[in-house]
This record gives sequence, structure tokens and C-alpha cells, in this order.
Amino acid sequence: MTAAGLNIESVSKDLGGRTIVDSLELEVEAGELTCLLGPSGCGKTTTLRMIGGFLHPDAGRVLIDGQDVTGLAPERRPTAMVFQSYALWPHMTVFKNVAFGLRLRKLPRSEVTERVERILELVGLTHHLHSYPARISGGEQQRVALARALVLEPKVLLLDEPLSNLDAKLRVRVREDIREIQQRIGITTVFVTHDQDEALSISDRIAVMSGGRVEQYAAARELYREPATTFVAGFVGAMNVYTGTTTGEGIELADGTRIPCAELTATGGEFTFGVRPEDVQVTADGRGADATVVREVPRGHYKELVLAAGENELRAFVGSDMRLPERVRVSFGRVLCYREGVLQHATPAAVE
Amino acid sequence: MSAVEQGALHAAAPAARPKTARRVPLVARALETLLVICLFLFMLGPLIWLAVRAFAAVWFFPRMLPNSWSLEWWRTVFDSPQFMHSVRLSFEFAPTVTIISAAICIPAAYAFSRYRFPGRRTLLISLFATNAFPKFGLYVSMAGFFYSLNLMGKFLGVVIVQLIGTIVFMTWIPTAAFSAVPRSLEDAARDVGAGPLRVFFRVTFPLAAPGILVAIILSFLAAFDEAQGTFLVGVPNYITMPTQMYTLVIDYPQQVAAVFSILLAIPSVVLMGFARKHVMGGRLAEGFQIR
Repeated sequence: MTAAGLNIESVSKDLGGRTIVDSLELEVEAGELTCLLGPSGCGKTTTLRMIGGFLHPDAGRVLIDGQDVTGLAPERRPTAMVFQSYALWPHMTVFKNVAFGLRLRKLPRSEVTERVERILELVGLTHHLHSYPARISGGEQQRVALARALVLEPKVLLLDEPLSNLDAKLRVRVREDIREIQQRIGITTVFVTHDQDEALSISDRIAVMSGGRVEQYAAARELYREPATTFVAGFVGAMNVYTGTTTGEGIELADGTRIPCAELTATGGEFTFGVRPEDVQVTADGRGADATVVREVPRGHYKELVLAAGENELRAFVGSDMRLPERVRVSFGRVLCYREGVLQHATPAAVE
Repeated sequence: MSAVEQGALHAAAPAARPKTARRVPLVARALETLLVICLFLFMLGPLIWLAVRAFAAVWFFPRMLPNSWSLEWWRTVFDSPQFMHSVRLSFEFAPTVTIISAAICIPAAYAFSRYRFPGRRTLLISLFATNAFPKFGLYVSMAGFFYSLNLMGKFLGVVIVQLIGTIVFMTWIPTAAFSAVPRSLEDAARDVGAGPLRVFFRVTFPLAAPGILVAIILSFLAAFDEAQGTFLVGVPNYITMPTQMYTLVIDYPQQVAAVFSILLAIPSVVLMGFARKHVMGGRLAEGFQIR
């Protein structure tokens, strides 16, 4: 199948008098897997349903492969959706569920059988061909839903929180399977999730959404290293957030605590600072501001320290075998500076 | 209960102490069996009496069974053109009413289930109004209306009056059945290329079918058993089986009424058995256990 790009051009949607999606712009390249990541109510599922044709945008256009599909009903779009609840038809066997779309296209019986069997092999579900959905496990139902979507060779695959009904262990395995299948057939994919772990681990790019808009659209590494807004900074990964001003060699927090930071060159004025816990450097007696260890939380291969510096709480990640006295010194390796919620400056300056 | 058991125990086996532990459940079981038999007699007794009655030639008190048996009463019913005519009429009215009711109510049920329109709830609840008031009062006022429309003693008039009793079943049960079909199942069918009509016939309807079947059976029986309205509107042109019962009870020996009651019960028993076999058990019921 040939991969096709997806473009969403300033799409808006109001539901029940509330603006759910607000002039949203998104461009997914051919063969790319994009995650729509955000808290519930941010408009990610609504956006997906507009791509699939289940909702009609109030304004804007949806283009697939350069073709405007905004006015098309779901059955006329080259998209296929995997639903959160899988939405398998309980009165049809696994085989019939997958074959339904092909049969509607009046393909010869032998071709239907062949394509269904091939796709069920791809998702690893060749047994259970004649089982009813209620008789197979949640993970298997999920695969049937995926096979049902893929068998029609859509141009764009849409996944609506496909893993939220699986238990934690299975979720990790299935998401890797989904990524592998997606890479193998090179299909353009939009994946909706509220789980940042899921998004960071399988996508080419992630669109972080809030209030019906895309806050930032970037690859996982960039999203984590340089969150464009304070919302993204707070939503993706752990982050210490403070307000204060810059000094020559670091930052001064609201209560007067000064914490040094190498290479911070931003000029004066009020900022909101974001510091990742792994960028908080903790030493027994080095350079830095005075702090006390309030609590240690073991996290397996590392531990989380909760520190108090003046009136501020700091969270730091350190090696799990690092031994520290109660009184320590802290400095920041890397600080993100925000003004009015938008990233102004990051140290060291840029991601290579 | 325990006092009775104790008493029974002491009366039965005062000396055999080691056996008491086993006798308690025995007594409990005996009481249980007795209770079941009583319930059974209470529910089936009148029916058994009716069945025996239908075959009795002479039956004097206080005999448990008739003095002599006969098929005479069955012959009376089957040979009488008047009775057989009412049987035929009943089997004309009930299916007609059921089909019309389904044609009107099932699309309405789909709308109630899938669309939010103004007055939806009020309309749905007001359907109960037909069952909330004494039926006969309703029929009498309808009769006045029917006279002016020239519907009294007409086939259509009887159909309309029987329809009233079926509307609640035919609307409420399918509404619930349609609502139980998740929207995502319909979306999924649209997604793979089925148009709205095909989605309805291949997904929504098959999944709602058990509920619709129940509604059809209940409506058929409601129409089949309807006596008051049919009597008021249909007499003298259309005497169905239930209305015939009025005449039978007054004018004929009890045995004829018994035979007729049994004939009247046959559709109910057959349809209930059918519903049990095809709706309660099997794959359709299982299919509803979807998450």
C-alpha cells in the first residue's frame, strides 16, 4: 500500500455549546505515526473522529493524500479506525468481523479468504478464526480490531486509545506490536492516548493537545528536552516549576533562594523556570544552594529525592546507591525559562 | 420452622441420637418438597382442573375424577361453524395487529433510542398512559368517537382497538433493545464501508433482534387475548375467541368453555416456549455480554 499524508487545516468543532477543537492545525507525513496526547477533554478523540468522518468539522478542512475529504461520510473515506472498546460485532465470528468490509466490496470469496487469513497472520491470530469475540481475550479482541482496520488497506489508520482496556503488562507488549506492524506496512497512523509513556515510546512525532489546540508538535526527544509551553512541561515527564528572576550565575527564586546554574545567559526579568528532576545536581559539599533532604523515594534503578531549599520544594533523581547527608548542596544543570507560558530560553541552548 | 422441625424430630426418633444429624436435612427437605407441591398446585391446579374438565362427560361432587370421560365437547367446538369462525378471526386479527404495530412502533423505537428530539421523554412516558387508566373507560369514550367515524363493527375498528394494547410493548422493549447496541458497533460498520441502511440491517437489527422478538410475541398475545375493546367495537360482526368466551360462559355447559380456554392458551404456550428456546439461551444471549 502506498503511504499518504494527512493534513488538518484550521479545523474547529463545537459540541454542546463548548468549543472542543479550536482552529487545529496538524500535518502527518506519509508513513508517520503521530500521537495525539493530552488530558481528557482536550479534544484529541474529537479530532480523531473528525479525521474518520464520524463528526463533521464546523470549520476547516481535512485532507488525505492532498484530497479534501471533509464532506465525506466514514464509509467513503480511506481511513480505518480501531475503537477504544474494539467495537467487534458480537454476532459475527472473528473471520466474519474481518471479512465484513471486504464482502461489502463484492470481492470474490477466494480473495476475501486469502486476505483475511493473511492479515490475521500478520497480527498473530490464525487460531480462533471461527470464535466469537466474547470467547477470546481482551488482547486478542484488540488484534482482531486492528486486523479488521488493516485488511481494507486504508491510507490512514486511526487508533482511539486502543490499549486502555488492557492490563499494564499486556499494554506494553501490544503497543510494541502495533508499532512493529505499523513500521512493517508503513501506514500513516494517528494514535490517540492520554498516556505519555505510550506516546513517547511509539511515535515518530507527538502532538500535545490542550483546550482544543496543539501546544507542541515534535519528536519525543525534543518534546521532553524543550517543552514549548509550561503546559507541555508539566504534562510530559516530571518537572520542578518555580517563578523567579535570573542572576549572573543562576536563578533567584521568589523567597530569595539563589540556585546556581551554569551557562544561564538569559537577561533579567520575571520568568517561570522549569527544571527536570534529573537536571537537579545534588552534592554533599559542592557548589550550590543549601538544601535539606525531606524524603527519599526508591524507584528501582534510581531514587527520587524530595528536597527543601528555603521555602521551595525540589525533586531530584539520583542513583539508587548514592548516599547523602541530611544537609546537601543543590545546583541546576539545565533550566528552561518561560515567560507568559511560552519557552524563551533553555540551557544548554539547543538540542543538537 | 425450626420449632416444627424439632417437634417432628422428637416424634420420629426419640431414641436414635446418632441419626438426628442426618434427619434434620431430611425433614427440611420434606417441608421443602411439600411447599413446592403446594405452589405447583396453586399455579397449575386450575389448569389441570380445566384440562380434566374439557374431557369430562359427567362429573359429580365429591369425586376427584369425572364419572365418565368424553370427547363430545371437543366435537361440539370443532363442529360448530360459529366457534371455528371465531378461531379463524382471532388468527386473522392478531397477526394483522402485530404486523401493523411493528411497522409503526419499531421505527419509532429506533428514533427514541438514537435521536434526541424535543418531547422525547414525555412522548415515551405518555405511551404508558394507555395502560395507566381503566381500559374499559377508554374504550367507551373511544366507542363514541368510532361511531362518528363509522368504525364500529368494522375490521379496521377492531384492529385499532387491539393496537392500543400492543403499543407499549412494541415501543418500549425495542427501544431498550436498540439502546443496548453500542454506537461504536455502528460506527465500526460505517468505517469499513457500510452505508446507514446496511449498518441497520447487518449490525443494529440483528443485535436488537432478541428484544424485538420478545416484543412481537408479547404484542401478538396482547392482541390475541384482547376481549373488552374487541367486544365493544366488534360485536356483532367480529366475534374473536376471547369475546366468544363471554357467550360460552353464559350459554353453554362448562366443558365447552374449558375446551375453548385450552384452545385459547395454545398460542401463548407455543410462543413462550419459542421465546425461551431462541431468546434466553444460545448465542444471541451470549453475544450481549460484550464489554
